[in-house]
Amino acid sequence: MPGLTRREALLAAAGFIAAGARGEENVAAVSFGGGAALAALPGKDPLIQRAFRPPNFETPLAELVPLYTRNAVFFVRYHLPVIPQVDAASWRLEVGGPSAQRPFALSLRELKGSFPRVSLAAVNQCSGNRRGLFSPRVPGVQWANGAMGNALWAGVRLRDVLHKAGVAADALEVVFNGADTAVLPGTPDFVKSLPIDRALDENTLIAFEMNGESLPHWNGAPARLIVPGWTGTYWVKHLTDIRIQPAAFDGFWMKSAYRIPTGAFSTARFVSQETPETTPITEMLVNSLITSPAPAARLRRGEAAHVAGKAWDSGSGISVVEVSIDGRQSWREATLGRDLGRFAWREFQLPLDTSKAGPLEIAVRARSRNGATQPEALTFNAAGYHDNRVQAVRVEVS
Amino acid sequence: MRLRARRPGLALAALAAVLAAATFNNAPQAAGGAPRATAAEVTALRDGEGRDLTVGRCIICHSVEYIPANAPAMDRAAWQKTIQKMKDRFGAPITDQEAKQILDYLAANYSGKSG
Repeated sequence: MPGLTRREALLAAAGFIAAGARGEENVAAVSFGGGAALAALPGKDPLIQRAFRPPNFETPLAELVPLYTRNAVFFVRYHLPVIPQVDAASWRLEVGGPSAQRPFALSLRELKGSFPRVSLAAVNQCSGNRRGLFSPRVPGVQWANGAMGNALWAGVRLRDVLHKAGVAADALEVVFNGADTAVLPGTPDFVKSLPIDRALDENTLIAFEMNGESLPHWNGAPARLIVPGWTGTYWVKHLTDIRIQPAAFDGFWMKSAYRIPTGAFSTARFVSQETPETTPITEMLVNSLITSPAPAARLRRGEAAHVAGKAWDSGSGISVVEVSIDGRQSWREATLGRDLGRFAWREFQLPLDTSKAGPLEIAVRARSRNGATQPEALTFNAAGYHDNRVQAVRVEVS
Repeated sequence: MRLRARRPGLALAALAAVLAAATFNNAPQAAGGAPRATAAEVTALRDGEGRDLTVGRCIICHSVEYIPANAPAMDRAAWQKTIQKMKDRFGAPITDQEAKQILDYLAANYSGKSG
């Protein structure tokens, strides 16, 4: 393996061999938590390696503490294994399709120079974040909590680009392809579509910067789609082609994958892709993450401690975050941190009473400004999406 | 428009070998800093009848840690469904006879579904 010292290779091998050995006795122990090793992609810090190829790497909990998730630790998610290093100087974005009146192509320099620059803070969360916490378990990348992050994205509005191409009256969907491809001719390319109204929303961007730097390779260089409030599957990386079309796009990744039972969740509808049985996942649900204390932390009696974490939704914004330490009998309101905008996550914090020794269960629930609250029960769906149950961490005070 | 752009077809055996290492060959190198563990494709699947065939077919498109990682969600029926999906939806070059061998191996070694 190029770039790997002997010691590193041995360490990496040991991690996997250890995981396999544990599996001999208990298969369930293999995949979750202890089964995944920390490893670094080139240009990234070590992340939780859920899969090597295609690369699927999760952000460790401690790295979700800062208000903006660093580029070097931002999660990486791919479906297809052929991921070219796109040359920003020769990159071209093609904009066309049957409902485009004036198809054109542009360079990165033209993209940056032709349209007003926009930046916004937004959570990017994989549809399957927390799939590994599902009960019963479901197949897929077994993410824990870190298939998400919050970043400041800068780019141009997609709608400005679409208007330059001329959006015909019959436009129904806008279709996006990136430079990543499959190995086999029979594997569907990763192509996604958005309803025309969402594509024309002022907050939908083509971004070329993340947290003030050029987009990292593993997060979609040189330009990617930003669809604030919607799950990461729509945030197409290494964007190469945009098509405006009068018909529903019928690719595998729309018609067969990333679907939820119709009517099961109160999220935006994607009418042109809906069937009586299933519909595409769209918006994120209101949710929260406890970053402190860490699960199973040991606190000293009387020590100054606090409960802290992040809460987010699909763009209404967070109104209240509540904390319970008495088995969810009573709830206290946490203090909310700086508002970075309605698509970003919001920090919350509440001092923790450590005066009594013993086990402590800390539960947190967030409510959005549209009134939605995190539920206690999972709405089971076979693909393992939308786990926004109230979470709890158990700690020990001694 | 290149919505369906594909890599040219190559002999599968060569393809698997090349692609197992190819993913990161084009990747940017980490700029300076301390040496760090590098992501690696090192996964040991359990020894058993059908293991080599399973590894050989699966790694054409993906590394095999998906297999132990998904075991808690899988039983024979779920593996059957997955193999069929790989054949029908993803174009995996697996004959019916090979599919049976792969199913037997995965069902025997990576079925961890409870209840």
